[in-house]
Amino acid sequence: MADTMNRASQDDAPLSTANNEREAMDRATDSLIVRRGDKLVARAVTINSPRDECYAFWRDFSNLPPILDNVVRIEVLDRERSHWVVKSPGGGLVEWDSRITEDREGELIAWASEEGADIPNSGRIEFRDAGNRGTVVVATINYDQPFGTFGRVLSRIFQREPKMQAQRDLRRFKQRMETGEIATSSRTRQQLEEERN
Amino acid sequence: MRALTWHGKHDVRVDTVDDPEILNPRDAIIEITSTAICGSDLHLYDGFIPTMMAGDILGHEFMGEVVEVGAGSTLKKGQRVVVPFTISCGSCYHCGKHQYSACENGLPADNQDIAQEMYGQPMSGLFGYSHMTGGYAGGQAEYVRVPFSDVGPIVIPDGIEDDKVLFLSDILPTGWMAAENAEIEPGDTVAVWGCGPVGLFAVQSAFLMGAERVIAIDHFPRRLELARRFGAETINFEETDTAAALFEMTGGIGPDAVIDSVGLEAHGFFVDNVLDQIKKSTFLGTDRIHSIRQAILACRKGGRVSMPAVYGGFVDKFPLGALMEKGLTLKTGQTHVQHYMPALLNAILEEKIDTTFLISHILPLEQAPQGYKMFHDNQNEVTKVVLKPGMALAAE
Repeated sequence: MADTMNRASQDDAPLSTANNEREAMDRATDSLIVRRGDKLVARAVTINSPRDECYAFWRDFSNLPPILDNVVRIEVLDRERSHWVVKSPGGGLVEWDSRITEDREGELIAWASEEGADIPNSGRIEFRDAGNRGTVVVATINYDQPFGTFGRVLSRIFQREPKMQAQRDLRRFKQRMETGEIATSSRTRQQLEEERN
Repeated sequence: MRALTWHGKHDVRVDTVDDPEILNPRDAIIEITSTAICGSDLHLYDGFIPTMMAGDILGHEFMGEVVEVGAGSTLKKGQRVVVPFTISCGSCYHCGKHQYSACENGLPADNQDIAQEMYGQPMSGLFGYSHMTGGYAGGQAEYVRVPFSDVGPIVIPDGIEDDKVLFLSDILPTGWMAAENAEIEPGDTVAVWGCGPVGLFAVQSAFLMGAERVIAIDHFPRRLELARRFGAETINFEETDTAAALFEMTGGIGPDAVIDSVGLEAHGFFVDNVLDQIKKSTFLGTDRIHSIRQAILACRKGGRVSMPAVYGGFVDKFPLGALMEKGLTLKTGQTHVQHYMPALLNAILEEKIDTTFLISHILPLEQAPQGYKMFHDNQNEVTKVVLKPGMALAAE
C-alpha cells in the first residue's frame, strides 16, 4: 500500500501539499481512498498520547460529534456502517450513510459514503507512532464540492471551508486526547451553548 | 458581577455582566482580590490591537480566592492563588518541556487560525487580550473563570499580602526570564532598555544573577530613579547619546549582554497588511524598533541579546548584519510564567525580591476607567495601578 506521506516522484512532501491538486488527488484515489469527488483535504497533527488510545477514541464514532464541529449526530448502524447528519455549507443539514472500507486496529480507519449521499465523501485517518512525542494522526478526505463555486464561497462565509474545518477538528481531537477537555473561552454555559450551535 | 469592559479607543467602563461558571472539569472560579493594569493593556486602551470586541473583559495580572472548582481541578475552595497570564494545558509536548507560552491547547481551536497564519503556529492562550489570543475574559473583574486550574495558579501561603505576590502573574517572571535569557556571568555589564516594570525587574534579576554593573536606559526621571535604587547606573536618552555613552562607560567594549524591554507592542499584533497601511500613513513601522536596533549595535562582540519586549509583526532595517558579523546570540519569547512562579515565590518569601516599590496607585475596581486614564496620561508618576474589587469607594 502506498503512503500519503510519500509521493511517488519529485520529493517526499505529502500529497496534500502538492501545487498540482488534481494530480495529487488522482494519485491518492488511485491507491489510498475510494474516489468520491474532486476535492482533497489532508492535515496532520501530533498528539501526545499513545497510538492505541487515539485509534480507539476515533473508532467509537459516538465520541466524535463534540470534536467535529459541523457534525450534528452520528448514528452507528453496525460495525461497519454509520449514518451522518452534518451542517451544510449553505445552511440546513446534509446526510449520508458511510461504510468502513478498511480498518486496521491501532493504525488506520478508511471510509466511503454510500450511494445517495448529499455530499459524497471518502477518506482515511492514519495513526503513526511518533516516538516520545506520541502519535501522528493524518486525516485525508476526498469529497464532492457541494454547489460548485457558489458552495465554496458560502462555506467560507460560514467558516465551514473543509480545509480550515479539518484543521480545527484535528486541534479539538488533540485537545480532547491530551487535556481531557476541549478548550473554550466562553464565560457562561449559555455562551458555550451558543458557541457550539 | 462588576467588570472592566472594553468598548473602543479610550472607552473602558465598569459594567454589570453575568458571573462566570465552571464549564470544563479542570476549571476554577476565582474571586479577585487584586488585579493590576499592565502597560500592554494601554495598547488595548489605545485601540491598537485587532480582534477586540465591545464588552470584552480586560486584565491579565490578577490574584484572588478560589470559590468554585471543577472535578479535575486540584485547587480547594478558600485557597489564595496568583494566576499566570498565559493559559497552558500542562499536558502537551511544549508544556512537558516547561515552554508554557508555546502550549498547543490553551487556545480554543477556532481562535488558532490567526496566529497560525501570522506566525506559522499558534501560541498559548492569554487572559483578557483580544480574540486572537483566545478571547478569554480577563481578571479586572469580581470573578474570573480560570481554565486548566490544576496547572496555572500558584497557591500563596497565608500571612503575606497581595501586593507582595501579585506580580508573579506576569511582570516579575517576565523580567526574570529576560535576565536569564541574557545568560549573565559574574562580572558582566548588562544594559537594559526601558525602565517599565519588566525592565526594572530585569535590573533586579540581573544583579541577583551576578552582574557587576547594570546600565538602565529610559527618559522618565521617576523610573530612572527607581532603577538607581537597585544599584543601576542610568542613561536618560533625551539628554545623552546613548550609543556613545554605552561604549564610553564600558571602556569601548560594549555591554556583555543587552536587554530590550521596550518593544513595539502597540502595533506588534498587527497583521502585515494593516501594518503596511499604518506605516504608510504614520511612518511608525520604521521607527519603533529603535531600542532593539540600538541594543544590537551596542552589544559587545560575541555578546547576548535578550528581547522580552513584545514584537508581533514585521520590521524594517533590522540590523541582521551586525547580529551575524558580531556573533551575537538572540533569545526571546513570551514568558513561560508557570515555570518561574515557584522559585520566584520563594525569593519573595525569603525577602530577596521586593516588588511593592512599583505600586504608585491603589484604586477600587469601580474607578478602573480613571486608573487607565491616569496610567495613559502620566507614565512618569504612575508606575503601576492596582485595582481592588473589594475596596470601598473613597468618599467624594
